[in-house]
Amino acid sequence: MTPTREITTIEGNEAAAYVAYNLSEVIAIYPITPSSGMAEYCDQWQSEGKKNLWDIVPVVQEMQSEGGAAGTIHGALQSGSLATTFTASQGLLLMIPNMYKIAGELTSTVFHIAARALAAQGLSIFGDHSDVMATRATGWAQLFSSNVQEVMDNALIANAATLEARVPFLHVFDGFRTSSEVMKIEKLSKEDMRAMVDENLVRAHKQRALSPDNPFIRGTAQDPDTYFQSRETVNPFYAAVPTIVQNAMDKFAALTGRQYHLFDYVGAPDAERVIVSMGSSVDTIDDVVKNLAASGEKIGLVKVRLYRPFSSEHLIAALPKTVKKIAVLDRCKEPGSAGEPLYQDVITAMSEQWEGAPVRVIGGRYGLASKEFTPAMVKAVYDELKKDKPKNHFTIGINDDVGFTSLAYDPEYDIEPQNCVRAMFWGLGADGTVGANKNSIKIIGEETPNYAQGYFVYDSKKSGSRTISYLRFGPQPIHAPYLINKATFIGIHQFGFLERYAVLDKAVDGAVILLNSPYAPDQTWQHMPAPVQKQVLDKHLKVYVIDAYKVAELSGMGNRINTVMQTCFFAISGVLPRDEAIEQIKKAIKKTYGKRGEAVVRKNYEAVDMTLAHLNELVVPTGAAANGKAMPAIVPSQAPVFVQKVTAQMMAGNGNLIPVSALPVDGTYPSGTTQWERRNIAQDVPVWDPEVCIQCGKCVLVCPHAVIRAKVYEPGDLAGAPETFKSTDARWKELAGQKYSLQVAVEDCTGCSLCVEVCPAKNKSAVGRKAINMEAQLPLREQEAANWEFFKTLPEVSPEVESPAIQGMNFYNVKNSQLLQPLFEFSGACSGCGETPYLALLTRLFGERIFVANATGCSSIYGANLPTTPWSHNAKGRGPAWSNSLFEDNAEFGLGMQLTVDIQTEIAQSLLKDLRDGVGAELADGILNAPQTNEVEVSAQRKRVDALREALKKLPQDDKVKNLLHAADLLVRKSVWIIGGDGWAYDIGFGGLDHALSTGKRIRVLVMDTEVYSNTGGQSSKATPLGAVAKFASGGKHQRKKDLGMMAMAYGNVYVAQIAMGANDAQTIKALQEAEAHDGPAIIIAYAHCIAHGIDMAKGMTQQKLAVESAYWPLYRYNPALREQGKNPLQLDSGAPKIQFRDYAYNETRYRMLTQAHPEEAEVLMKAAQEAVNEHWKRYAELAAK
Amino acid sequence: MDLSTNYLGFKLAHPVVPSAGPLARKLSGIRELEDAGAPMIILPSLFEEQIEGEEHVLDHYLNYGTDSFGEALSYFPDMTRYNTGPDDYLNLIRKAKESVNVPIVASLNGVSAGGWTRYAKLIEEAGADALELNVFYIPTDMHLTSVAVEQVYLDILKTVKKTVGLPIAVKLSPYFSAMGDMARRLSEGGANALVLFNRFYQPDIDLENLEVVPHLVLSDSEDVRLPVRWAAILYKHIKADIAITSGVHTYDDALKGLMAGASVTMMTSELLHNGTKRIREIVGAMGEWLEQHEYVSVAQMRGSMSQVHIANPAAYVRANYMKVLQSWRADTTGVKK
Repeated sequence: MTPTREITTIEGNEAAAYVAYNLSEVIAIYPITPSSGMAEYCDQWQSEGKKNLWDIVPVVQEMQSEGGAAGTIHGALQSGSLATTFTASQGLLLMIPNMYKIAGELTSTVFHIAARALAAQGLSIFGDHSDVMATRATGWAQLFSSNVQEVMDNALIANAATLEARVPFLHVFDGFRTSSEVMKIEKLSKEDMRAMVDENLVRAHKQRALSPDNPFIRGTAQDPDTYFQSRETVNPFYAAVPTIVQNAMDKFAALTGRQYHLFDYVGAPDAERVIVSMGSSVDTIDDVVKNLAASGEKIGLVKVRLYRPFSSEHLIAALPKTVKKIAVLDRCKEPGSAGEPLYQDVITAMSEQWEGAPVRVIGGRYGLASKEFTPAMVKAVYDELKKDKPKNHFTIGINDDVGFTSLAYDPEYDIEPQNCVRAMFWGLGADGTVGANKNSIKIIGEETPNYAQGYFVYDSKKSGSRTISYLRFGPQPIHAPYLINKATFIGIHQFGFLERYAVLDKAVDGAVILLNSPYAPDQTWQHMPAPVQKQVLDKHLKVYVIDAYKVAELSGMGNRINTVMQTCFFAISGVLPRDEAIEQIKKAIKKTYGKRGEAVVRKNYEAVDMTLAHLNELVVPTGAAANGKAMPAIVPSQAPVFVQKVTAQMMAGNGNLIPVSALPVDGTYPSGTTQWERRNIAQDVPVWDPEVCIQCGKCVLVCPHAVIRAKVYEPGDLAGAPETFKSTDARWKELAGQKYSLQVAVEDCTGCSLCVEVCPAKNKSAVGRKAINMEAQLPLREQEAANWEFFKTLPEVSPEVESPAIQGMNFYNVKNSQLLQPLFEFSGACSGCGETPYLALLTRLFGERIFVANATGCSSIYGANLPTTPWSHNAKGRGPAWSNSLFEDNAEFGLGMQLTVDIQTEIAQSLLKDLRDGVGAELADGILNAPQTNEVEVSAQRKRVDALREALKKLPQDDKVKNLLHAADLLVRKSVWIIGGDGWAYDIGFGGLDHALSTGKRIRVLVMDTEVYSNTGGQSSKATPLGAVAKFASGGKHQRKKDLGMMAMAYGNVYVAQIAMGANDAQTIKALQEAEAHDGPAIIIAYAHCIAHGIDMAKGMTQQKLAVESAYWPLYRYNPALREQGKNPLQLDSGAPKIQFRDYAYNETRYRMLTQAHPEEAEVLMKAAQEAVNEHWKRYAELAAK
Repeated sequence: MDLSTNYLGFKLAHPVVPSAGPLARKLSGIRELEDAGAPMIILPSLFEEQIEGEEHVLDHYLNYGTDSFGEALSYFPDMTRYNTGPDDYLNLIRKAKESVNVPIVASLNGVSAGGWTRYAKLIEEAGADALELNVFYIPTDMHLTSVAVEQVYLDILKTVKKTVGLPIAVKLSPYFSAMGDMARRLSEGGANALVLFNRFYQPDIDLENLEVVPHLVLSDSEDVRLPVRWAAILYKHIKADIAITSGVHTYDDALKGLMAGASVTMMTSELLHNGTKRIREIVGAMGEWLEQHEYVSVAQMRGSMSQVHIANPAAYVRANYMKVLQSWRADTTGVKK
């Protein structure tokens, strides 16, 4: 590295964004994992007024979808701007139509792609090349980067090349593995960029643009006479690309000393076995090649950099003439193809241009959706090539016991250098482990001569999530894009992990272990599980212990143990001398937290200073044996077989070991599996006080994880109850003499305390106590787990119960609905989530007979991310039928379900009419004419249909009878609920939603409006309110929130409601009931408080109330049925403003932070926001008054 | 008529001073006060607890939920700066000094020894002319003795005096067992003025919701009698200047304070209620009263009715109590209305 350039330690996304920002005038953005970071960096730099290479601040425009971003870029390019965008996965697919146009018009641009898997049998946010491979036919060049340094380098090379070639470029790097890997690199300077970007070519690009001063037509429609020839006009441009790119690479090499080629060969000059691959895999293969070639193995590697246009000539030139066998690795799958894309390209190139001795070429798949690709796997591929008949179309990294495609490999194979510190850290999301590690990498990367690499793995839960950080440091550059297999240091930041995960499996002999333990150094050993003790003894581990939570508390850090554990790491890992390390940590603290204030810096400093006094070596008793407790079972023995064999493996972190045969072929999984996962993440859980309780059911209603349940039952049902099981007399007139219990599933609770917040019953002698109070979970765990098990055995209350009292009950109110079983439970949503209470309620009311079409987003992730899923079923096996199609098409997807329900119901009715005589006229007419307007009626219909089935079984089994037997379920009313967030409903899916509503079909739409793209980290949507800060609106949103409800009302026949459970739970239930009953389309817009609002989540429901009291979020129901009765269809369910908008808004960081960052702007926006609220309220009040 | 007075080492045109309050929160308000005739500006308090609390809250929410979930590693954009800490306050001092000609007195409410000195130093560096220490302290600890509480006040004064060279006023609560001794020790400890008294917001109970709620009641003229009494008692016994605050609404309230021995009389509630024009109105009326009663200056009148200067010094002590009792008796008989 030349000393003149800045050395920086950054992630791949920042490296790409840095160059893209500097070389662009227009940047269109849209969030999608894992590319969102690039857009966020650009948005942030724009808001800071950072200037690009031409000394202007680029325009950064968020769009409604990736398709919209591509369209905007197309327009910007055609009118002469230098423009770019960033995307991944389905987002790239949405750009494809524009990509054909942009390429067809020979337009210079570079899109940066954090390559990601595509949703097929399941969605994956992780990295592979499926997305970019789907764009091969668009005519875009594709340049691949293997690591963070290359990302920065190739971003520039691609920009230089596209201007000359006029062929647009995709600059591709592996999602997560490269986009999120933090690495020490040399930062290109603006001078480098000026040297690479030819101003004449920039002007030429602008001269080709549309201009009224030089008008021409571009984008004609062409007939058969000329389209074909026109298509062929571009050939010389494509033919020129390889040379142009190589020239750019050569020029770049002269500038920086880093030489790239279209195809880079490494390995033995006389190699006989060669792998061809691209993306981050090449760094792993490169390491193995260097290692094995040094011992005389005749192996080599061709790194593909320019994948499109594919230059066979350059590939052939790169291959050693001695090659006998080639394995081509593809990080994607094309089912039904003759082979994956790169394989086919290599085959074609060899067939067309190889003139040497015959070479055997095989292809294989690896690394789909960030599946690990390790040196061991590379070795297995080279070993396979040794065979006379190596396996073609192989897979590596999995166990394919169905198609037998997989190659075996030795997982213990290791080539990492001894002088490289390999550290793993097990943490919780909330404890700050990852942030501390990111800081540590920066310290080591930027303050020492060492090289550093960091990579972070998160689980799929949004609450109580586990993180694993992988850090490498060493004197040589680190190119190891795979997880650490043999760790020299392991930090275990949560003591509870010892009995949940195999945290020490990767420890090498003599490794240093740092354990956060609530026990003293001489008391910790006895609390460690036996397998952990055994590893400590067998591997001679040097274990240090600290009670980090205690130190954090003493220093005012709360539950953030990041600084404490970071200090320990530096103190015992020996990466830096202790004093220097402390100084550097403090410097990093100042840099990271200085902006937030001196007090924040001071408390971190205090944590650093207090840490070392509390750090001790573990006292292992003399002659200690591994005699601790055994590890608990992952799932209980009564769990279903699939859960035992598959789900439990995933839960334990052993999903990689599951063979192909164990997995469903079509992505179909059993529902209701969260019940088998005991997460025990809450420190405090609610405890019921029957003496104070008024049995209102509010706590049950708001519980985001449906862990609070209520049942009413006969006193005799208490037989066999555990001693601590609580019960009291039921306070229902119609259920006199029965007992009532409120039970908490403490092992599933996330400890959000929303229940306590909404509880209206205060203890008359000590008002600080309510009917439900938070208490420490650990002492209660065992007892309440037993109580929960007993509670589950009590009979469920449902309209189906043969009891006149129960059947006479109206379940459409808060008190009664608490007794219904939720069929959405224990999700991985954030603690205190504002969305999930609506879903739990929906399933309580109608869960047995609904289809759910779920837009991609938070709800599809907490709703369906493996290993366990919360959509459940009742003891009769009935429950929501859930599916997710995409982000953008959810309304259409749900409409399709509704069309099915309509036609299949019609078919069933028609069959029933045909078979009327056979099954009995009374039964048939009863079914055909059943009202089904409420759950009691639906339940009666279900019984009729049961009778119908029995009757049908007695008839001769002809096709009609068989078909009706199959379709009979549809005779019981089914509904389709289309659910999703505001990103879907207001933005990307709005066109489809609008159309679905316009069809007049009986679809029900529930928009859980968090007012940002919550799942991708809080980017602004059209639902984001004026004045709020969000990503992509860092200066505060200047536009008003779109009035989706009003737009839907414009149709006249659509039922529309706006609800906020925290403000008026009765209205929420009423709206759900009316929407369900409405004979036409219905949409409900639900206020969902969110972690992205920057609030105390325990106060989420209070914020909902304040939103309504300020009239920012008026509650209303627009029921077209009322018009038929001569009434105004619009009813306002909330009153005129009682408080100022600011009294609600400034409880939230999203509004408040603007007062800190830009106080004057905040004042202006707050005034405008209040005006918007006033006008909005006035409009609704006027409409409702008519 | 010479209405001038000396307070904290500054010669002020007259003794009617707006006390630390929201009117001086912004530069526009400070300008308005000067235009309205305020002879000195006392800025609202810089609350260490609030400043640091805001920093911790910001830090908490910016950290909350971060680095936990692969798709959402954070939830907010990273701003260039957050204006946390005392910067806004210090800027206000700087701007005020540039914009107005009257002395600028900063006010500080600290919670830690480090906080008092850190912020006092920053306030001095920002150019304030003097500093009022707003010692706001409710001793709820059942084992905390009165001696220890008193020592807290003295220690704060001592450390701040050591740190800065500014004239220091100490704003006191009225709840000392031995106010005279306390005032004397503060004066001897270097306080240049004592401000009598701090007005605590007393919490209220919301009967419907069974909640304790903050309750702000602005002062009225009835409230002035407590500071007037203590000004009268302390006058001449302590070296420090005396300011009275709480309950000064009219020219006669102010006159009473001055006669008791105050150098300045401070008000906020009146200005909030009836506007800053009240400063001139009160000063005008005070001048008229002095003329009508043939005084030549405020200085002449100051302390004239202090305990040391009245014929019956016991009037401020027990006799005062007796008198009230008598008048109450008379009142109940209907003799006196």
